[in-house]
Amino acid sequence: MDLGRGRFLAATGAAIAAGAIPGGAVAQSVKLPFANGDRPLVAFPQKRPLIVLTPRPPQLETPFAVFDQGVYTPNDAFYVRWHLANIPQSVNADTHRIAVTGLVNSALSLSLADLGAMPAVELAAVNQCSGNSRGLFEPRVAGGEWSNGAMGNALWTGVRLRDILDRAGVKAGAKQVQFNGLETGVFPATPNFKKSLDLDVARGDDVIVAYAMNGQPLPVLNGYPVRLIVPGWFATYWVKMLSAITVRDTVDDNFWMKTAYRIPDTPNNDVLPSQTGFPTIPINRMRVRSFVTNVADGGTLPEGSRALRGIAFDGGSGIKGVEVSSDSGATWRDATLEADYGKYSFRRWHAELDVPRGTFVVAVRATGNDGATQRATAGWNPSGYMRSAIETYQVTVS
Amino acid sequence: MTKQSLIVLGIVIALSASAFAATKATPPKGTATISLPGDAGMAFKPGPGAGVVQGQCLSCHSSAYVSTQPVLTKAQWTAEVTKMKAVYGAPIPDDQVPTIVDYLTTQYGKP
Repeated sequence: MDLGRGRFLAATGAAIAAGAIPGGAVAQSVKLPFANGDRPLVAFPQKRPLIVLTPRPPQLETPFAVFDQGVYTPNDAFYVRWHLANIPQSVNADTHRIAVTGLVNSALSLSLADLGAMPAVELAAVNQCSGNSRGLFEPRVAGGEWSNGAMGNALWTGVRLRDILDRAGVKAGAKQVQFNGLETGVFPATPNFKKSLDLDVARGDDVIVAYAMNGQPLPVLNGYPVRLIVPGWFATYWVKMLSAITVRDTVDDNFWMKTAYRIPDTPNNDVLPSQTGFPTIPINRMRVRSFVTNVADGGTLPEGSRALRGIAFDGGSGIKGVEVSSDSGATWRDATLEADYGKYSFRRWHAELDVPRGTFVVAVRATGNDGATQRATAGWNPSGYMRSAIETYQVTVS
Repeated sequence: MTKQSLIVLGIVIALSASAFAATKATPPKGTATISLPGDAGMAFKPGPGAGVVQGQCLSCHSSAYVSTQPVLTKAQWTAEVTKMKAVYGAPIPDDQVPTIVDYLTTQYGKP
């Protein structure tokens, strides 16, 4: 296995540049490691400067160095991804209600105070955009051109969705539970962003309606005052500004389920770029991934240091082990796992490279408790979802 | 253990218990208000058709939705514009579609 083969990109992680713009302000920008990867860094409300993919609707990427600073991603650094342009810019938690309707015995209109009176659950979970790392697909695909920063890990506090469903009383014949939030399109014909989970998934132990993120109210851009948390599953289901929960007796056929956010129903969900006519299924659980966080591709470790640090996570089985390689994946040695914050959380790891001075292709590979591990070669699908191949980094030891 | 140290121990236990009980956050209260920066100074490149593109595309999204794409072919840009009409309900008149596609292909794509 030679992971260095095919390396064609300039050895830049996310080079940060600063340039003067008229008026005396300094515009910061970054160059993501793919063609057409120039992005401004802008501080949106309640956020530090983040990498702007699109300002309207806002899509903001977390600069990767943030992931080296702790197991939890700070709220003001947490990535942002909205679908539709009408996002409420003022939300009153006191009057906000979640309507629970559909195939239930008694419809509910829940306030935040109602949620506060129910048993609270707290868990750490990674929220990752389905299209995280889409810009790294080869051949490239159209869509939101993210590098690796469309993800974050937070401690979420809220109530179990199952407790809410039981309070309403789900009737026999229920198949799915649909979620809607406050964002809407500009035109009435734009499909409202609604997502659905099968009833057995929705009733899982760890699916929660969260009103706090890292112990604080959610930033507006992350869904204040309340959002759905589906640990282990891609973020498309984590509906923000949650306002409606509808129990359905049919499989949801709205655009965001039937057409968008679907993956090939093929081995590893891969297809060839030339392939058409394959069956698809809704995207669901995340795949195991791992990253080095203390040095970027093309970077140099501090003089005399051979220490690597990073993170790993998967779709909810938890991280069993992380290995690192300093020879493009030819040989591997175990990294040391750090504190366990739960099976849905980032798991921090560290390792010491056993190399002389020089430049090496470092690789990192994680394995989940379910036995799944990362592949050397990235698969491909037409929407650019679920990237999870082994990451490699050209690293210089000085 | 002296009475004084027992009292101190009691206080420590009480503090620990209250700190532990207070670890879980409670639901937020009140209104959170932000002011989004709109298109943050971004704009479409000048060129034939730019006015039509600004008029139609900026209703729903900033120009970065176009400018951050990889180099797309005319067929791919046609598919994108068709999707905006057919799926997202953008009220783009049929006779403006070729102008938009030609602009996108010239400025942000390849033939």
